[in-house]
Parts: sequence; C-alpha cells; structure tokens
Amino acid sequence: MTTRVMAFGYQDNWWSILTSSFMSSALAGGTIVALAAGLIGYFVVVRNTAFAAHALAHIGLPGATGAVLLGLPVALGLGVFCVGGALVIGVLGTRRSDREVATGTVLALATGFGLFFNSLATKSSSTMTNVLFGNLLAISGEQLVTFAVLLVLLAACIGFIYRPLLYTSVNVEVAEAKGLPVRLLSMIFMALLGLAVTMAVQAVGTLLLFALVVTPAATAIMLTPKPPRAMVISTVISMVSVWLGIAMSAMFNLPPSFVIVTIACSAWFVVWLLERHVRPRSTAARRMSAEFVADQAGAVGDHSHR
Amino acid sequence: MSLREPESTAAALTFDDVSVARGGNLLWSEGTFEVPAGGIAAIIGSNGSGKTSLLNVVLGLIPPASGHVRVLGKSPGEVNEFIGYVPQNYASSPGDAIRVCDSVMLGLNGTRWAFGRPTREERRRVAEVLDSVGAGALAGRRLSELSGGQRQRVAIAEALAAHPKILILDEPLASLDLRNQREIVQLLDRLNKQLGVTILVVAHDLNPLLGVLSSAIYLLDGHAHFDTLDGVVEETLLSHLYGTPIEVVRTPQGELYMRST
Repeated sequence: MTTRVMAFGYQDNWWSILTSSFMSSALAGGTIVALAAGLIGYFVVVRNTAFAAHALAHIGLPGATGAVLLGLPVALGLGVFCVGGALVIGVLGTRRSDREVATGTVLALATGFGLFFNSLATKSSSTMTNVLFGNLLAISGEQLVTFAVLLVLLAACIGFIYRPLLYTSVNVEVAEAKGLPVRLLSMIFMALLGLAVTMAVQAVGTLLLFALVVTPAATAIMLTPKPPRAMVISTVISMVSVWLGIAMSAMFNLPPSFVIVTIACSAWFVVWLLERHVRPRSTAARRMSAEFVADQAGAVGDHSHR
Repeated sequence: MSLREPESTAAALTFDDVSVARGGNLLWSEGTFEVPAGGIAAIIGSNGSGKTSLLNVVLGLIPPASGHVRVLGKSPGEVNEFIGYVPQNYASSPGDAIRVCDSVMLGLNGTRWAFGRPTREERRRVAEVLDSVGAGALAGRRLSELSGGQRQRVAIAEALAAHPKILILDEPLASLDLRNQREIVQLLDRLNKQLGVTILVVAHDLNPLLGVLSSAIYLLDGHAHFDTLDGVVEETLLSHLYGTPIEVVRTPQGELYMRST
C-alpha cells in the first residue's frame, strides 16, 4: 500500500519523460482522439444519443477480449464490435422509446461476453484494464496511422452530411417532410459514432469515454448556441484535457485517463454552475423584452396589412 | 423550367378515389376531390380518423392504399421542396443547441449536402422571413428560450424560408392561449393573401379559424370529403362530425362561430 502512494509523487525528470518518443506518440494519438470526439460529440448531445455512446464503448469490450483470444489486434476487435453494435442499436432503436431498452440490452449482453472471453484467456487481464480505463501511453506508431486515417474519414463524412445531419438532429419531422433520408442518415451517424468510440476507448477507456465525447460537447452547448462554434469549443476542451492529462501524468506519475476526465468534468461543472447562477436572470429579462418586441412587431404587421 | 417545377396552373391537391390505411387498417376511402391553389383549407375529423395519415400521404411519406394523389400536379414526394411543414410537436425538438436563425437557415438549406457557410443572400432571406412572421427580434435567441407563441412563429418562418407553394400546419393552435391563437390565425391569413401560398391546417377546434378559412377537407364515417366553408359550416354535418350537437351562430357583424349545445 505504501509503495503505491509513494508512486504518485512529483517526478524531477518529467520533461525528459514528456519529450520521449512514447510520450510524443501519446500526445499525437490523444490529439487525434480529441478532434474525433469534438466532431461527433456535438451531434451525440443534440441527437440525445449519449446513452448509446456510453453503451458502445462497453460493447467494444468483448471485441477487445475476444480479439486477444483469437490472437487478433485489439483495435480490430474493438472496431468491429463498436461499429457493429452501433448499427444494431440503430436498427433496433428507430423509435426513441425503444432505443433506451434496445441499447441497454445490447450493452448488458456485450459486457457479459467481455467478461466471459476474459476468463477464457488468462493473458488478457491487462487488455481488460486497458480497455476499461484506456492507455494513451501504449499507443503504437501503427495505431497512430490508423487513427489518422479514421479521423480523416470521420471528418470527410461529417463534412459531407453536415447540414442534413444537423437538420435531422434538431427537427426530424420537418427534415423527413422535406424528403431527407432520415433512417439512412441515422445509420451513417451511428456507424461514425462507432468509429469515434473505437478511437476514444483506446485513449480513455470504456468507463471514462463519456467524459471525453459527451461532456465537452455539453459544456460547449451551454457556452454557445452556434453549432460550428460549439464543435470548435468542444474540440478545444477535449484537446486541452488530453494534453494536460499527459503532461500531468509525466509530472506526477498519474494515469493520464484520470487527469483527462477530471479536467473535462471540472470544465463542465464550472460552466454549469455559471449558467445556473448567471444566465437565468438575464435570460428571463431578455425573454420578456424579446416577447414584447415580437408582439409589437406582430401587431404592427397585422394592422398595416389590414 | 425544370422537370421538378410544379405546374403553376395545377390544383394544390388532386385526390382520385384515394384510400388510406395504417397498419393494415383502412382509415378512410373514396377520397375524390380537388383542393384549389391559393386558399386556406382546414383538415378536420375526430381523433384517429386519419388526419395525420392524410398529411403523410401528401408529403409522400406513406403511399395511399389505393387511388391516385397529385400534389401541385406531381406525384407526392416529388415536390417536397415546395411544401413547408409545421409539425404538431415542434416544441419537443431540442432547442438548447441552436438559435432561431440557425433553425430558419436549416429550413432554407438544410437538405443540401456538404458543409457550407451561409451566403449573404441566405442570411438576408432568413432575416426577411423572420421579419415577415414578426419574429425578427428573436433571431439570436436559443429556441429553448422562446414561449409557445414565439416558437410557433419561428416554426412557420422555418417552413416559409424556401418559398413554398403549400404550407401545411398540424394543429398549430393547440397549446396556445387565446391571444396567440388569434395572432397566429391573422398571420396565416396575411401570408396567404400576401404570398399566395396555399395553406392546409389540421385543427380540432375550427372556431379560431372560421374567419379566414375558404374550404375544408373533412374525414367522416371512413370517407374523405372536400367542400367550401359554407358547405362545411352546417349544423347537421358538424354535429355528425364532432359526434355532439353543434349550433352555428352568425353574429350581426357577420362573424361566424360554432358551439356545442
């Protein structure tokens, strides 16, 4: 017990740790993951699919432990299960009322299988810990290339479907009436979410993923109602959390995931407090005056054309 | 003129022996009528009579069980860019993440693929259409900050942004107070007269609309009918339609209203 506590101390040689090659891989990997999380996180919050994002991370667990059993790359197992699980949730949960139950059921089944596969292979318990809590410091050069390719793919897809995706996210009935392929867009989005989750799990793990994908986006939406700006702010929060997390892990020998999650959650909590204590009064006042102006404008308009 | 352009002389809706089913159950049949362009038509009928299914057929979201439907002279679904739609549950959409002007902008360019910054022309159109519904001052507000009446105005602005020829509203007056009901009805009347847009409005309470309606589609005993307002506002028909005795009252000023007796 004493040795453990001793391990979390200030490390004099943190700069040389931080500038070592495995740390620069971790920084690059973390940055890519933060960019992916920022891109997808906004839509996760607006589309009310936070629970699905959380569940997808867990659905990756049997993929990862199963891959170890079969001697395949962990990331491949993760990716297949995350994207596959995303599509299953997408198919089962078209109606919002069904989605919660469908997601939770798939989640429970997947976690059970993850545990089972893990018990079959004694070697994989370190994999299990890595998948549950993430390990940015273990990112390889090969993984970096995969991450970069996935990020480009993700950005290209989101860029292409941006406006229809936003439309179906904020006003699905009108978007459908306009002839947009609502189901197809939803499936594409779930597949992209599966990709982003696959990457983010390797950085912060399934248990902490929420804090990197959903929390920064929710913080950003509190700060601004402008969609592109919210995406940028959310990405910046994710990125700063990852960088500080890695730097502090070098300084104090802390697990990076812990610091990343703490920073992202603190940002959310501070903004939430500010919003609760600063915005309500001003909002109410603005609403009153806006309503007055609109009513006046409406009344004037009606009279002038009568 | 492109192939997708609606025929300018065509009726807004043409139904030829149409029947509509939902989940295998026939909702109504023998719908043969023409809704002329340019007026305000109500869509009335008791709960579950198939009003929303009628709208879904017009929007091309479900096919009719039989018969032929033409919308602006084209097949349903071909002319959706010329239809503005205000759904019933506009308030259930997440309103925290988006501003009024963003939602109206989506009404203008939300179906276009690829990320693109709004052009100056698009911004001008959003401001113009918000002004036309009396919501110009709300452009920068979050949707979640609006009252019910304001939100309905913004939903109408969003539907109008792309210059529709038909505006469809599903229960636009439900959950509004009397003053907001009156203002929305006046707004619809003004939009109909100024823009010449054909308006179809689903309503369970006709009274607030009686002053502006020109005609109505009514769903009665499993059949769809269409008639002018004078033909519909008739005590026997209305009593049958609502399943309770209805009296039609005409005030000395010429105003019309109905009440259950």
